[in-house]
Amino acid sequence: MAFDKVWVLAEAFEGKPLTVVNELLTKARELGTTVEAVCFGGDAASYAADLGKFGVTKVYDVGDLGGSLPGVPVASAIAAQISEGNRPDAILFAQSYDGRDIAARLSAKLNLGVLTNLVGLAEDGTSEHAIFGGETLVKAQLTGEKPYLFLVRPKSFAPEETGGGAPEVTTIDAPDAGATNGAKISQRHVEERTGPKLDEAPVVVSGGRGLGESDKFAMVEELAKLLKGAPGASRAIVDAGWVPYAYQVGQTGKTVKPTIYIAVGISGATQHMVGMKGAKNIIAINKDQEAPIFSIADLGIVGDVHKVIPKLIEALKGR
Amino acid sequence: MEDNLGMNVVVCVKQIPDPASPGKLDPSTKTLVREGKLVVDDSDMYGIEMALQLVGTAGGGEVTLVSMAPNNETAGLRTGLAMGAAKAILVSDDSLKGADSLTTAKVLAAAIKRVSPDLVIAATESTDGYTGTLPVQVAELLGFPSITFAKSVSTDGTTVKVDRQTEAGYDEVESPLPAVVTVTAGVVEPRYPSFKGIMAAKGKPVEQLTVADLDIEGGVAVTQQVTDVVAAEARKAGEIVTDEGDAHERIVQFLEQLKVI
Repeated sequence: MAFDKVWVLAEAFEGKPLTVVNELLTKARELGTTVEAVCFGGDAASYAADLGKFGVTKVYDVGDLGGSLPGVPVASAIAAQISEGNRPDAILFAQSYDGRDIAARLSAKLNLGVLTNLVGLAEDGTSEHAIFGGETLVKAQLTGEKPYLFLVRPKSFAPEETGGGAPEVTTIDAPDAGATNGAKISQRHVEERTGPKLDEAPVVVSGGRGLGESDKFAMVEELAKLLKGAPGASRAIVDAGWVPYAYQVGQTGKTVKPTIYIAVGISGATQHMVGMKGAKNIIAINKDQEAPIFSIADLGIVGDVHKVIPKLIEALKGR
Repeated sequence: MEDNLGMNVVVCVKQIPDPASPGKLDPSTKTLVREGKLVVDDSDMYGIEMALQLVGTAGGGEVTLVSMAPNNETAGLRTGLAMGAAKAILVSDDSLKGADSLTTAKVLAAAIKRVSPDLVIAATESTDGYTGTLPVQVAELLGFPSITFAKSVSTDGTTVKVDRQTEAGYDEVESPLPAVVTVTAGVVEPRYPSFKGIMAAKGKPVEQLTVADLDIEGGVAVTQQVTDVVAAEARKAGEIVTDEGDAHERIVQFLEQLKVI
């Protein structure tokens, strides 16, 4: 093992650790002899036992953040621990909205190197990163002072429980960070999405530029619903404002690994492929037979999505 | 302040190889090859547009582009200047070849300090390197608060208000200025440079600096090393069917085989 003590940032939503946290904890057990978690948000005590099941022996709880965005206070709390000598060898973060902010703040605060977008991490601390649409893997190592900071893409590791007991929970304080801690949340909005979550759905149907106009995304949503799946999107139509960013599949969006991925009118830019090429089965429909997406599709249909998809929807409805 | 109504906004701009041409790694240094003409990263067009709109609304001030690129490359910056930015600062230095994100952040923060901006805007991540940590590292080094993943931005000159994308929806977030904000693509519709803009850009100042011109605390040290580059397990193409009006039946069959329906 490369490391003695490994920390994992355990982000939670509605009182439960995110799935990616379990993935990170499983990997952390391979890397280090001791695995501890850092929590924030105020209800760590209620899910500490869930973390224990994945091998966490101690939880550091930053507690309620009083409306601050997590980046500054959580990084300050971790930095304070490290300055006091409680120094892990590595910290794993999810490549998430808040994980990135916290790792970046910590990196600049303590002058630590940070490796991002990991899809693999070997026992000796060598990281793997997918580039060029996932065709090439780059392996890298941090060389500076520890702790090493790793931001890991969700779905990179399979979670495995150890059946450990509930860990001890210790409260840690976030020192006053002055002006840097100025960003405050005034109101939260939850956008209801029906059906399964994009990154957990067994079937994902994504639409791209080939749909022609934003109204046609309804076709993608209908097909997803019929297959009990989630609708997704290429960056092109998110940039064009047809659907919110939350739908985006790809390097800059979500990584999905469904049983079936259906790409509707998506040409297959490398930026998109890196987020979906881990799907077990890929079906692509595109009118351009040279579209790169066909190079990774198990079933490729060269045709007009405006003809093929309505017929497919009709056929599925008739069953 | 010469103009209390004005807003000075810095936009961090990355100049990258044209994403339309396939990327390459240098086999010896194992870093991205950045030769030939560089273009402004598409992701940064949104930030430039947002900055121009905020300055327009404030009724004064200006947009400054800050970039780090090899070989004094300014082609991408000219695009931003043609869109309406007033000036640019470019840091170019051989010692920065293969710089990691923290090193780049130190360089950009030192360059940004020279302008004393009210607001710094960056993309959430670049199209080629996409580490996504740089803007917040810059914020920490400048001692500024930061709000990432903005899908809308407004300011009254003392506070910035942002709708920040979250996993579940979005948060309304406020921060006093100066601050760093990262914008998602699609936040605004970038304008096309006009012919007049393109002509005007040729005369706009681009300040060219090296590391020696900047006050970088602790200097620059690279803390990461690429150890290997390997081909990923390739995914093979499967069956390709040209639609003759019945291709949907083949999809149904395929879904049946997989027991999805």
